[in-house]
Parts: sequence; structure tokens; C-alpha cells
Amino acid sequence: MAYGLSFDVAHLLAGSLVLVSFLMITQHRLYSLLNAFALQAVLLSASVAWQAYVQHAPHLYVTAFIALVFKAIIVPVGLHRIIQRLGIHREIETVIGSGITMLVGMGLVALSMTVMLKVTPEADPLAREDLAFALSVVLLGLLMMVSRRNAVSQVVGFMSLENGLVLAAAGARGMPLVVEISVAFSVLIAFFVIGVFLFRIRERFDTVDVQALDRFRGERR
Amino acid sequence: MELISALLVQMMQMLLVLAAAPLLTGFVRKVKARLLRRRGPPIIQPYRDILRLLKKEVVVADNASWIFRVAPYVIFATTWVAAALVPTFATGLLFSWSADLIAIIALLASARFFLALAGMDVGTAFGGIGSSREVMIASLAEPAMLLIVFTMALVARSTQLSVVADLFSTFGVGLRVSLGMALLGLIIVAIAENGRIPVDNPATHLELTMVHEAMVLEYSGRHLAMIELAAAVKLLLYVSLIGCIFLPWTLAGPDSPTAAHLAGFILYLGKLAALGFMLAVFETAIAKMRVFRLPDFVGGALMLGLLGTLLLFVSRSL
Repeated sequence: MAYGLSFDVAHLLAGSLVLVSFLMITQHRLYSLLNAFALQAVLLSASVAWQAYVQHAPHLYVTAFIALVFKAIIVPVGLHRIIQRLGIHREIETVIGSGITMLVGMGLVALSMTVMLKVTPEADPLAREDLAFALSVVLLGLLMMVSRRNAVSQVVGFMSLENGLVLAAAGARGMPLVVEISVAFSVLIAFFVIGVFLFRIRERFDTVDVQALDRFRGERR
Repeated sequence: MELISALLVQMMQMLLVLAAAPLLTGFVRKVKARLLRRRGPPIIQPYRDILRLLKKEVVVADNASWIFRVAPYVIFATTWVAAALVPTFATGLLFSWSADLIAIIALLASARFFLALAGMDVGTAFGGIGSSREVMIASLAEPAMLLIVFTMALVARSTQLSVVADLFSTFGVGLRVSLGMALLGLIIVAIAENGRIPVDNPATHLELTMVHEAMVLEYSGRHLAMIELAAAVKLLLYVSLIGCIFLPWTLAGPDSPTAAHLAGFILYLGKLAALGFMLAVFETAIAKMRVFRLPDFVGGALMLGLLGTLLLFVSRSL
């Protein structure tokens, strides 16, 4: 309980990350989804920077900077332009209702917390808590990928999943900078590839609704 | 002697909530009118309305049962008692030890139960619609409120409002993201429970949108006066609740001198004015929601409460 200010601030930032993940699940419009994603990236970079300050690990500042530049600026702006070019800034459909999605998300958060607290009894409380929150951010990103039909919001779900991974890595002490940078670049490359794919899907099927792919494979009538 | 003075302070608090409630309603209406560049009715208009209603004769439908006649008094009494339990200008009042926050929620819930019954009693279509909508909103708002209470109880280790307020005023709780979530959730619940604008429009009589007004459509005279006064007291209750939990620094302690009580009293009026002003600005800036979008809005409060409790649970079990 009483770990002082450093724990409280880390708790605040990581907790807000989970909250923004929930915000993203409940957003119905693509633009507000992107704004929420950018906000999550800013929070992530603040959280990582705080870890750097607490752990006296200067290389984490680089991670925070990478998160800020790539995830909070480049990726949202790029997705913004993709949405504009595709002309799909209308309402997105969700596969299941937002109420059920929210309840499932709550269940996932509870699950990840119980699992993480059981698995890591000996670790540093700061790292334990970061791991628990990071796992819930990852699971919420996965939930977003399965609950959305629109390919763009699935991409956002994937990116927010990656946010959770970075949070876990920052809390776990000692992820080398090389890994860090290569992860960041692979995410960026994945972003480009996905962007190209989006346009290809659009050209082929006249939509980015992935149900069209299911129909094409003959899985649904 | 001590008992008598404690009783006096408690009586003062009960009279204060009763006297200040229509004033708050009138103030919010006035600010809303001014923001829309209308002049608006004078601030004391709700008092005049209630007095006029008290003088008028009561018209009761032929097929109304005793529930219809009893309900206004039950609603008013439970709401008033609940409001008397929330610390307004001082903590540790005489009655505050007899009931905690959960009891306050239960009192408000029984008031809502009787209101919904009365709405259905005469058998008009509007009453039925209003009751069903009110219960739909309540079925989400009430668990949300309970979860918010659990969040605060986990931090303060008590559901007594006086204890919570005393603890929060000493900065002894540190930085807690759960409390921020609890505040947001409490604001959403307060808006939903009082039928303010994104949920229900308190000024409308348009059939398709009304919730609270649809239930009380059959009431007249002193019955209507009781219900209107209860609604005003309920708004004051929620505003004082937010003020006492999240702005507890102006509350006078249980055995502080009279001057502290007086200062707490004046600062309480200031708090009411500030929060009422913010409510009016919020209501002016936002549009009414469709009824079927309400579960998303009020469900947000439920989610915030649940998440706040979960996060606290994590930091507690480390």
C-alpha cells in the first residue's frame, strides 16, 4: 500500500492506460478511435519515462521518445490520412454490442490481474503492477481486434496491443535497447504493410469490412 | 447539554437542505437561461411554485389506489432523510453515525421504487413509459453507485461519509487514479439519477423524451409540491455528496467552535454555487441523448466504478 509517490504515479499512469484501452473499445467513430489511440501512446510514453526516472535507466527515455514520436504522431497521422483516402470516416460496426464488449473487457482485466498477481509473488511491486496492467492492455487490444469488423480499427487494436507489450517491457527492467528499437521499427513496417494491404483489400472488395473476406472464402452465406 | 447542541446542529442541517434545495434548482435554471441569453425566471421562482402548488386543490384520478396518494409523502420523506445524512457544512453530525453511504443509496432506491409504482398506478400509458425508463436507468446507475462506494470504502476503510471526508481532507490517501474514476462515475450517476440533460430533460413535456415528468404527469396540488421538492432535495443531495467527498476541506469537524461551523456554512453555499454553475454550463453545452444510447452513457459509470475497484484491488494486494 504505502510505497510512496513513485508507486502512486506509476499506478496512475498505468491505470489510465487501461482506462484509455476501454475508451477505445467503446468508441464508435474512427476518428475518435484514433484520438484515443494517440492519447494512449502519450500516456505510454509518460509511463515509460517515469519508469526510466524511477529505475535510473536512461535508455528507457529513448523508448519513451520512440513511443511518443512513432505511436503518438506518425501512426495516428498516417491512419488519419488512410481513412481520409478510403473515405470511411463514418460509424463503425461492432460484431457484438458495446455493452457486452465492455463486460467481456472487465472480465479480461480481472483475469489478467488475478493471473499476474498469482504468478509473480516475488517480484518488485512496481514491476508486478505494471505487468498486470500491461497484460490487461494486451488482452483488451486482442478483444478489440476480434470485436471489430473494420480493418482500420483492427489495425488500431493491434497497435494498442503493442503498447501493452512496451509497458510490460519497461516495467520488467533490462530489455536491451536493440530489442526496443527493432520492435519499434517492425511495428512501423507492419504499419506500412497493413496500410498497403488496406488499399489492396479495398480495391478488390470495394470495402474494408473483413466480413467480405469471410464471404469470399465461402465461410458465410 | 451536549446532546441538545448536537441535536440542534443536526436540525439546522435538515432545515438547511430543505431551504437551500429550491434555491439551487432556481439558480441552475437561472444560469442556464442566462447562458442562452434569456432573462429566465427569478432565482426564488421554485419557492413560489411550491407554495402555489401547496395552496391548490388536489385532483386524483378515479381509479387511483392508496399508493398514488401515499407515494408523494414517502418519496419526500425518504429523500429528506437521505439528504440529512450527507455532511453539508459539518462532519460528525448526530444522525450520521446511524447510517452510512449504502443506507443513503437504499433510501434513494426506495424513493425511486415508490415513484415508479405511482407512475404505473393510474394506468396511463405515459406513466408506464416513464416508470419503465426510470427503472432501466436505475438498473445501471444503482450498481454503478454501489461500486463507486466500494472504491471509496477500499481507500478509506469505511463507508461512513464523515470518516471518508475526514480522511480525504488530510491528503492521507495519496494519488489514486481510482478516486478520479470514482469522481467521473459519481458525476455520471448524479446526472442520470436527477434526470439532467443528456439523460432526461427536466424542463420538457414532450412525450417521446421525458422520463421523470412522465411519471408525475397525473399529480397535482400538494402531491406535486412534495414530488417537486423531493426532486430539488435529491439534486442538492448529489451536489453535496460530490462536494463532501471530493472537496472536503471546507467541512467543520465534529467539535470545532461555532465560527468554524459558520465558515463551513458559507463555504458550503459557495460550493453549491460553483457546482451548480458547472452543471448549468454542462447542460447547455450538450444535447439530449436518445433513450437507447443511455445504457452506454450510464454503463460508462458502471465501468468506471468496476475498473476503479479492480485497480485498487491490485495495489492493495501487492
